Amino acid sequence: MNVELSRRQFLGAVGAGAAATALGSLGFGEIEAAHAAAIRPFKLVSTTETRNTCPYCSVACGVIMYSKGDRTKGERAEIIHLEGDTDHPTNRGTLCPKGAALLGFVNSETRLKYPMIRKPGSDKFERVSWDEALDRVVRLMKDDRDANFIERNDAGVPVNRWITTGFLAASATTNETAWETYKVVRSAGMLVFDNQARV
Amino acid sequence: MTNSWTDIKNTDLVIIMGGNAAEAHPCGFKWVTEAKANRGAKLIVVDPRFTRSASVADFYAPIRQGTDIAFLLGVINYCIQNDKVQWDYVKAFTNASYIVKDGFAYKDGLFTGYDEEKRDYDKSTWEYVIGPDGYATVDDTLANPRCVWNLLKEHVSVYTPEMVERICGTPKDKFLKVAEMISECSSPTKVMTSMYALGWTQHSKGSQNIRSMAMLQLILGNIGMRGGGMNALRGHSNIQGLTDIGLMSNLLPGYLTLPTDKEADLETYMSTRGFKPLRPNQMSYWQNYRKFFVSFQKAMWGTAATPQNSFAYDWLPKLDLPGYDMLRAFELMNQGKMTGYFCQGFNPLLAAPNRKKLTDSLSKLKFLVTMDPLDTETSRFWENHGEYNDVDPSQIQTEVIQLPSTCFAEDEGSLTNSSRWLQWHWPGGTPPGEAKNDNWIMAQIHMRLKELYRKEGGKFPDPIVNLDWAYADPNEPTAEELAKELNGKALATVYDTADPTKVLAEAGQQLPAFAALRDDGSTTCGCWIFSGCFNENGNNMARRDTSDPDETGAYSKWAFSWPANRRILYNRASADVNGKPWDPSRKLIEWDGAKWAGYDVPDIAPTAKPGEVGPFIMNPEGVSRLFTRGMMRDGPFPAHYEPFESPLGNLVAPNIRGNPAARVFKGDLEQFAETASEEFPYAATSYRLTEHFHYWTKHVHVNAVLQPEFFVEISEELAAEKGITGGGWVHVWSKRGSIEAKALVTKRIKPLICDGKPVHVIGIPLHWGFTGAARKGFGPNSLTPFVGDANIETPEYKAFLVNIEPIAGPVA
Repeated sequence: MNVELSRRQFLGAVGAGAAATALGSLGFGEIEAAHAAAIRPFKLVSTTETRNTCPYCSVACGVIMYSKGDRTKGERAEIIHLEGDTDHPTNRGTLCPKGAALLGFVNSETRLKYPMIRKPGSDKFERVSWDEALDRVVRLMKDDRDANFIERNDAGVPVNRWITTGFLAASATTNETAWETYKVVRSAGMLVFDNQARV
Repeated sequence: MTNSWTDIKNTDLVIIMGGNAAEAHPCGFKWVTEAKANRGAKLIVVDPRFTRSASVADFYAPIRQGTDIAFLLGVINYCIQNDKVQWDYVKAFTNASYIVKDGFAYKDGLFTGYDEEKRDYDKSTWEYVIGPDGYATVDDTLANPRCVWNLLKEHVSVYTPEMVERICGTPKDKFLKVAEMISECSSPTKVMTSMYALGWTQHSKGSQNIRSMAMLQLILGNIGMRGGGMNALRGHSNIQGLTDIGLMSNLLPGYLTLPTDKEADLETYMSTRGFKPLRPNQMSYWQNYRKFFVSFQKAMWGTAATPQNSFAYDWLPKLDLPGYDMLRAFELMNQGKMTGYFCQGFNPLLAAPNRKKLTDSLSKLKFLVTMDPLDTETSRFWENHGEYNDVDPSQIQTEVIQLPSTCFAEDEGSLTNSSRWLQWHWPGGTPPGEAKNDNWIMAQIHMRLKELYRKEGGKFPDPIVNLDWAYADPNEPTAEELAKELNGKALATVYDTADPTKVLAEAGQQLPAFAALRDDGSTTCGCWIFSGCFNENGNNMARRDTSDPDETGAYSKWAFSWPANRRILYNRASADVNGKPWDPSRKLIEWDGAKWAGYDVPDIAPTAKPGEVGPFIMNPEGVSRLFTRGMMRDGPFPAHYEPFESPLGNLVAPNIRGNPAARVFKGDLEQFAETASEEFPYAATSYRLTEHFHYWTKHVHVNAVLQPEFFVEISEELAAEKGITGGGWVHVWSKRGSIEAKALVTKRIKPLICDGKPVHVIGIPLHWGFTGAARKGFGPNSLTPFVGDANIETPEYKAFLVNIEPIAGPVA
């Protein structure tokens, strides 16, 4: 786990303890308990903190995400708050108008949820299962590769290239995804291969 | 970046030209504010618009878009004429003294060897004179008229302040003020940093824009220094990493290059990549190329890559063209030569130029696969959205498969920021619906394709079925497993070459760093420049130690910085020829009599004696290049070329249109407006807003509220001339397309006077489309020309011609 101790949980516990001691010393007894029960606990106390990086520009500001539920324990985790990471040397807790609204990206109404296929000439997407979508993708790939793969050029040199299907890679996937993508794309012999470095 | 965001605090002068950090990189720009507040640094902004960066600048100078080279060569000329040169640095650390071959010349906008038909050069004369000892010939006195310095002096002499004013529209007094401020940084104790972004890259000569500033920074002695450097502000969170890992047509990870089909075997391939030193004693670090290459092949194909099969050399596809970049991909599609296309987190329908050509091209595909967390325009290119996407779905036969992926919040791994920091992040949320992370998706594609080849056979399955895929769960490699592959491991015991009794790594262990790589197949490494990121010390990218001894801004224990956790590239050049810091208050490393030591990992062998081994270890010369030999397609020096669409002709080379070495496809040239066109008289440019990130944040409610609607920005003068009112509607069109927008009439844009004529600039932000939470709108790519930079094919987005007229606008 990347966060050893939740800072807010720690502060929350200390704060409540201090208040109880002060009220108790004034002799209010049960009022103290009733009062404590009436205060809504700080809403982030029960959340899980996770460190992440803003996915937009290349400053790569540190962010802390607060989720209800802990996915490391197999729970469904819903991110309910997100703020700048004050420990991060570059942004020191600040976020810009884009980063400050990141929660809205995570929960955007136009986030995609299911694989879809749009058939030739159709005016709509239709939901399909992952198996259907992926099997269709590799069928289309293999048919084209087998039909158009070039094993040798005119001089007889092995060139092993496939130039009728291409791949545009992303700008915000992880290095690890990029490496895996590289392996998959290059091993198939693809040369029409680019990323978003230019735009 | 050669330096880092946090290092900007060490500077004396910031020049923002070709970017707008205050709006596009706000939290990085904070370090400019820090330098201004704490050490009295000054900020210069040179831009066609009075941006928010300009609003907090100490000095702002306007410039016509696409004329940065004329401006910068003008500054170099000013520095040479006024003896504002860091001479000790230039003489010891650049190729100023190298003698150039006799045949080389520049005349009327062209260098020697131009072939008009091919739009390319024979670069054989763009080279040093090589002496009988096999080394480049030099003249340390700089007296030889053929030395680089004298050729440069002659080359930039035409860019006088008067010529800069005529070309750039920058008033002479403003240009001179900028030149004077910059030239002060030729002092060994004053340093300037250059912060630039797509305002420099998105031109048909973008690479040379950057090169011009790099040359200026060398002349001022600012490369390798704290607070100095060339600082590219990358646009996306991991576009640095994607480039480092080589996800481009012609690259292998770590800036190795893919073979061409003229390189039939490994030895032929290696023969042009050995890079023997061009001067005595130089490290010429690319001499290790074979170690990086063989270790990469082992990472790809594991035990199937053997010395007997030249480490599976034949399994790499061989290039028959310089590259199949995105522009060429759409050109081939448009010619009907492509079957399928994948878009992983990329929305080219809005990101590539000439939207109509893109739609036509995608419509000719058999299939399109998109992987994205968001509902992109590209995945719906076939859907009718009225004027915003005016297509007939029944006429488009492309099958589209839209795959939902996770976003950052649900994903684990590292991103490489502009500072070259690889920072690890952890997932905190559960993906919506059935969205899956990219690692799973890519594994599924590979596993299922492999299975089809096993079952059915087919064309050359060897590289697919033998791809090393030894993951605990082959259906979903973990981020840690992949990161360890990038770092590399020992397949047999690796010994120190200097001391064979010393073990660097036992078989099976992670390699400590790229110095342990071998070319005999005993090591594996996905991307050599990342080696050290995940070694036996653990995941160094996840480090969160914020200590910073003496507050240099290095933060060396925070995350991992490639290469070798080095924070400032070329840091050997921060010390003079004897190894003493040029500026003791900016010490980075110094020679202690036996070795290099200091705040940063030395960018030189720790025991390389000063005076013998030059600081630019990747170059076979050991020094940096003011004259770049045949490394760039369009010239060993930058030269001013107008954009392909320009309101005026080239004043220094009247017969040259655009960049003579830029690739132009048949059919696209006919779609360029003529020079000084009456039909398209206005100079347009594209830009970002601070409230939006590309085409993503229009899906975010908050950002869609902050900037809900597409607009174009024009000056009060142009508005008055055309009868356009602020908030009124306008029609803007180029030779390729047409858009409608609200007009934002501002004082931020002013007409420029270029060669005596007024030039009106029109600004077009790039954040709208037809999906998401914001109102539907257009992007500049409906208008921009289909041409890229001569070297790397970045589209010319920043300078093109349009016309504009007021219209009634839609009925509310």
